Amino acid sequence: MEAVVFFQFLLSGLSAGAIYALIALGFGVVENATGIVNFAQGDFLVLGAFWAYSALASWHLPYPLAFLSAVCFAAMVGLLLDRLVLSRARSREILILVFITVGASIFLRGLIKEIWGKRPISLPPFGGDTPLKLGPLTIMPQTLWILGVTFLAFALLHLFFHRTKWGRAMRAVAVDPEAAALVGIPVPWMVALSFAMAGALGGLAGVLITPVTPLSFESGVMMGLKGFAAAILGGYGHFGGALLGGLLLGVLEGLSAYFVSSAYKNILAFALLVLVLLIRPQGILGFGVKERL
Amino acid sequence: MRAFVSFAALVLFIPFLVKNPYYLNVLAFIGLYAMVTVGLSLFIGYAGQISLGHGAFYALGAYISGIISARYGVSPWVTIPLAISLTTLLAWGLGLLILRLRGHYLVMATLGINLVVYLLLVELDGLTGGVSGLPGIPPLCFGDYCLVTDRACYYLIWAVTLAVIFLALRLVATRPGRELKAIRASEAAAKALGLNVTRYKVAIFTLSAALTALAGTLYAHYLTFISPKTFDVFYSIEVVTMVLIGGMGSVWGAVFGAAFLTPLPQILSFFEEYKDIIYGFILMVILVFQPEGLCGIGKKWKFFKRQMSIISF
Repeated sequence: MEAVVFFQFLLSGLSAGAIYALIALGFGVVENATGIVNFAQGDFLVLGAFWAYSALASWHLPYPLAFLSAVCFAAMVGLLLDRLVLSRARSREILILVFITVGASIFLRGLIKEIWGKRPISLPPFGGDTPLKLGPLTIMPQTLWILGVTFLAFALLHLFFHRTKWGRAMRAVAVDPEAAALVGIPVPWMVALSFAMAGALGGLAGVLITPVTPLSFESGVMMGLKGFAAAILGGYGHFGGALLGGLLLGVLEGLSAYFVSSAYKNILAFALLVLVLLIRPQGILGFGVKERL
Repeated sequence: MRAFVSFAALVLFIPFLVKNPYYLNVLAFIGLYAMVTVGLSLFIGYAGQISLGHGAFYALGAYISGIISARYGVSPWVTIPLAISLTTLLAWGLGLLILRLRGHYLVMATLGINLVVYLLLVELDGLTGGVSGLPGIPPLCFGDYCLVTDRACYYLIWAVTLAVIFLALRLVATRPGRELKAIRASEAAAKALGLNVTRYKVAIFTLSAALTALAGTLYAHYLTFISPKTFDVFYSIEVVTMVLIGGMGSVWGAVFGAAFLTPLPQILSFFEEYKDIIYGFILMVILVFQPEGLCGIGKKWKFFKRQMSIISF
């Protein structure tokens, strides 16, 4: 019996971790193109979820269309954040750019509150709510959807970055923007594309998690922090690291909820994160920065 | 130094013009924020590091002094130095550990510390009062005269803030300030010149944490009630934003940033539910179009005037 409860906690940890991984991936895409932390990443998630909610409840769109349009909408917001705001910044200093996204995050939160109100929303699960029985284990279909879609997203992105011209161009920008510009890659467009992808990943995470955890206009802050923590844990800007960091953070939370208490799960998760950084300052899979002197 | 004296005179005379206790309260809060931003600006602007964890030190200052004085009846004159020393010691230890981290990793580590402290304030409700907060913190008293009015607290807080500004201006103008600037310009070059870069970073981190703890203790004994909400990561983000809006790497910039952003939410409350949207928009506009901060506008204006006087001559 104990083992069953343990696996149940592990499973819920894994599904939360998959969401963190998606958010972490959004952070990573932007990091590679620009080197900045996008504090609005969590708000993309909330925007996607609320759009899907309106699409389903008010406009009566069919399921797949509602979710797809939510992902596209979040991608659009990401694109606009880059084109309308960040690309116009007079300073290229990382810290300034990062805090422009902090302003954008406050702006977006205000907007979400204005349009959709303060009440938390929930979405119906994709695969209905009849739990699947797997021996003694009970699995909600949504958990499988979350894990499946997350792995699919990672696989598709991997193919995109390694097999397509655009993906390779984006990787070139990540390595050296100036050299990329010299060989004719339109760097500003690659940056815009990366923000759109970050938005899409956020929106995807939003529609996936809302059936499990209701979201309110300010949920983006905590989700963003968790995603950022996952990205750092795995190695910032490293895609495999994002997946590993996300799942690890989720499992860590699930296990501390099991072994200690759910009240302390966040404390333990963040304390362990700081500890990991002290042992591996560049995250688990991160590339160490060589000191040149 | 002329700027400092005129500023001090301004601070001294404001209460003769402003009688409304609510305005004095807001002005006192500018002082509390300025104390923190001045220290933080040294850390960000001079040592070139970022911390999103200063809310933790603000909390530790407020809660250590608040708990000991409220629960055990110890005089705030004892608990304030105690709280500041303990927080400073902790910040020094943490600084030694985490300042090896770079860029986003340092941001995460400091954020993590803030989150852990915040969550502990909420969860350890037997000690801290949990989400409902810690009431009954005694005010500071000189004999029978207790600092309970907004006016008295305004003077106390600004006296301390002015001292902090003065010391920061001295620090920047002397050797340690120049050495910090060298570190910001190039860590490698500073190392090559024989500076112990890590020691400087830890020292300035500890100093800024001590100033933040000081502000925290004054906050607790001024309001006589504290709750965790004040000390979440938003506080840490807010003070860094103040430093950037004011202008990185300038003591006066840090003061202006605090003076501009502290009353802004109150002013914007006029717009009711649009307040957050406008606040976020203002932050974006200033950082996009005026990345040198509000202080930079003054410099541009001086430059412009000089150009004009040359032309008209």
